[in-house]
Amino acid sequence: MAELLFWPALLAYGEAAVAYLGEARHPGLAGRLATWGVRIGWLVQTALLAVQATRADGFPWTTWAGSLNLFVWLVVGAYLIWGCQPRYRLLGLAVLPLAAVLLALAHAGGGTSARQGSNYSNLFLVLHVGLVLAAFAGFTLAAGLSAMYLWQERRLKRREATILRVRSPGLARLDELAARTVVVALPALTLGIVVGALRLRDRGGSFDALMAVTLVTWAVYGAYLGLRFTVGLRGRRAAFVVLAGFILVAVVRIALPVTHFS
Amino acid sequence: MRIVLVGTSHHRAPVELRERAALAPDQAGELARRLAGASGEAVCLSTCNRTELYLADASGEEAEQRGEAALLALEAELAPALYRLRDEAAALHLFRVAAGLDSLVPGEGEILGQVRGAYEAGAAGPILDRLFRQALHAGRKARVETAIGESPASVSSAAAALAEQVFGDLRGRRILVVGAGKVGDLAARNLLSRGAEIAWIANRTADRATELAARLGGEALPLDRVDEQLAHADVVVSSTSAPGWVLERAQVERVLPARRGRPLFLIDLAVPRDLDPSIHELDGCYLYDIDDLQAVVAETLAGRRREAERAEAIVGAEAERFREWQASLDVVPAIASLRARAEEIRTNELERARLTDAERRAADSVTTAVLNKLLHLPTIRMKQAAAAADGVIYADAVRHLFGLEDER
Repeated sequence: MAELLFWPALLAYGEAAVAYLGEARHPGLAGRLATWGVRIGWLVQTALLAVQATRADGFPWTTWAGSLNLFVWLVVGAYLIWGCQPRYRLLGLAVLPLAAVLLALAHAGGGTSARQGSNYSNLFLVLHVGLVLAAFAGFTLAAGLSAMYLWQERRLKRREATILRVRSPGLARLDELAARTVVVALPALTLGIVVGALRLRDRGGSFDALMAVTLVTWAVYGAYLGLRFTVGLRGRRAAFVVLAGFILVAVVRIALPVTHFS
Repeated sequence: MRIVLVGTSHHRAPVELRERAALAPDQAGELARRLAGASGEAVCLSTCNRTELYLADASGEEAEQRGEAALLALEAELAPALYRLRDEAAALHLFRVAAGLDSLVPGEGEILGQVRGAYEAGAAGPILDRLFRQALHAGRKARVETAIGESPASVSSAAAALAEQVFGDLRGRRILVVGAGKVGDLAARNLLSRGAEIAWIANRTADRATELAARLGGEALPLDRVDEQLAHADVVVSSTSAPGWVLERAQVERVLPARRGRPLFLIDLAVPRDLDPSIHELDGCYLYDIDDLQAVVAETLAGRRREAERAEAIVGAEAERFREWQASLDVVPAIASLRARAEEIRTNELERARLTDAERRAADSVTTAVLNKLLHLPTIRMKQAAAAADGVIYADAVRHLFGLEDER
């Protein structure tokens, strides 16, 4: 059953990624096809996760591949909030190819099968993994928005004559949306870290390098919001800070299988 | 009925000629009604780029002569600049006009409203009514399904579109207009139409600033107070005739901390330029001068021409649909006669039969059904033949076979 759901989801994300390329060349029909691809793919993946949840003994996404599957679902879900609006469709060009590749990777690692499970599942773990992954999904989306900001800003600064051929959301809007996304994601990461710390104390584990990087990530995004609301950090500099934070998110995501799931 | 088009446009006639043949909407409507007379149909489309008469009449020659005479009565020198088109060619021309494909700027949006206005003011009957409704449909479809009308075609609309690239939605964005001349006025109106707010108008002479502020809104300022509002403005539009910089880099740099990272979009429409070009190097500042904007417009016009190819295909398909409809008109009288004759025979035979009321009702129902089924296929086939240009032959054959010649 899970296998039957995985392929349509991957196919829909793949179709959306290709259609977004078409949208960049000829806005219109390709964009609508892409949006429907994202919607259908996300619904099918939701069904896949539901099947995994009902068939597993405990929390089904504790392996690195399983967590990647959940992470992709969260990223695409977050993207769907704005991505269906024509002005934000181009953001799909950054999000959907990544989602398709990560989902394929999750499948290769066995993270999309219905036999996922964990011997050490408990409420702490569910909350910790869920919150941290939700926060990372938000940071990924914020990074997409910031990358788009820098691309658009560069086009404006270079005074490209073709700038109106492929229209992007306004700079101010991209900047604001990235900040709003971080405002939502950072409390989720904070809670995830707190839950993780409580579990660590409960189980008697040790503080490792990955936890340190996660704390630095928290500090970067915390500083971003702090500077934004105090001295008005906006624009290009703000976009670079969000991208710097995302590099740390990527480091944690890549290192996770080595430190936590090996 | 034949469709005839007689007219002139920017392709054939210079502006000095066109302006003498141009008619106000009510005059165009009056001319159309006069030309239509008692039994014909006429619509007059008159814009700054064209004056065209669309006529539908039993005689194409006669209609063409009437149309020509009417236009030459407006301006005798138009004769060599007139074009004459008939039926399918006239329909295709109107569809291209409605889609903006025959305009000076491909895809310009105003023409669709002008075609609608001409149609409503004219004397359209069954033929021109269908022609103009389908032309309006083709025009809308070309704009919806292609990007022909999306990109800006003038410097002021390009400036407004670029401002949207910086801010997204322009609603509530505050505009500082420097210079109260025509150019600045036009650019400000374009921003205003997209929801921006004209907050300040600065000019060397206070009267002009006050006058423009009264029309567009906002507060009139002397030029030396521009600095004060820089911290609050989102867009600056400058178009003075000052010989030097009206705004220098240092002035903008000073207000940046107070702006707290908010972007500032500056449009310099003046020649010589008003705004120090190095302002563009400042973080969060985007300065476009007249050359930059013209380069954007040239690119978008090239884009419109690319989209025009796709719009041509849409318009061509619509013109083909109209041709099929018009051709089907050739067979409609024959079909109507055939059905009338069959119905006449049916009712006569029913009247002659000795039947009870119940039997008559049943026989009426059965014979009607038989008749409809029998005539359904010939009707469809005749319409198909009409679309393939064989309609007249089929119509004549039907008239001959069923003895309908007298009912022509």
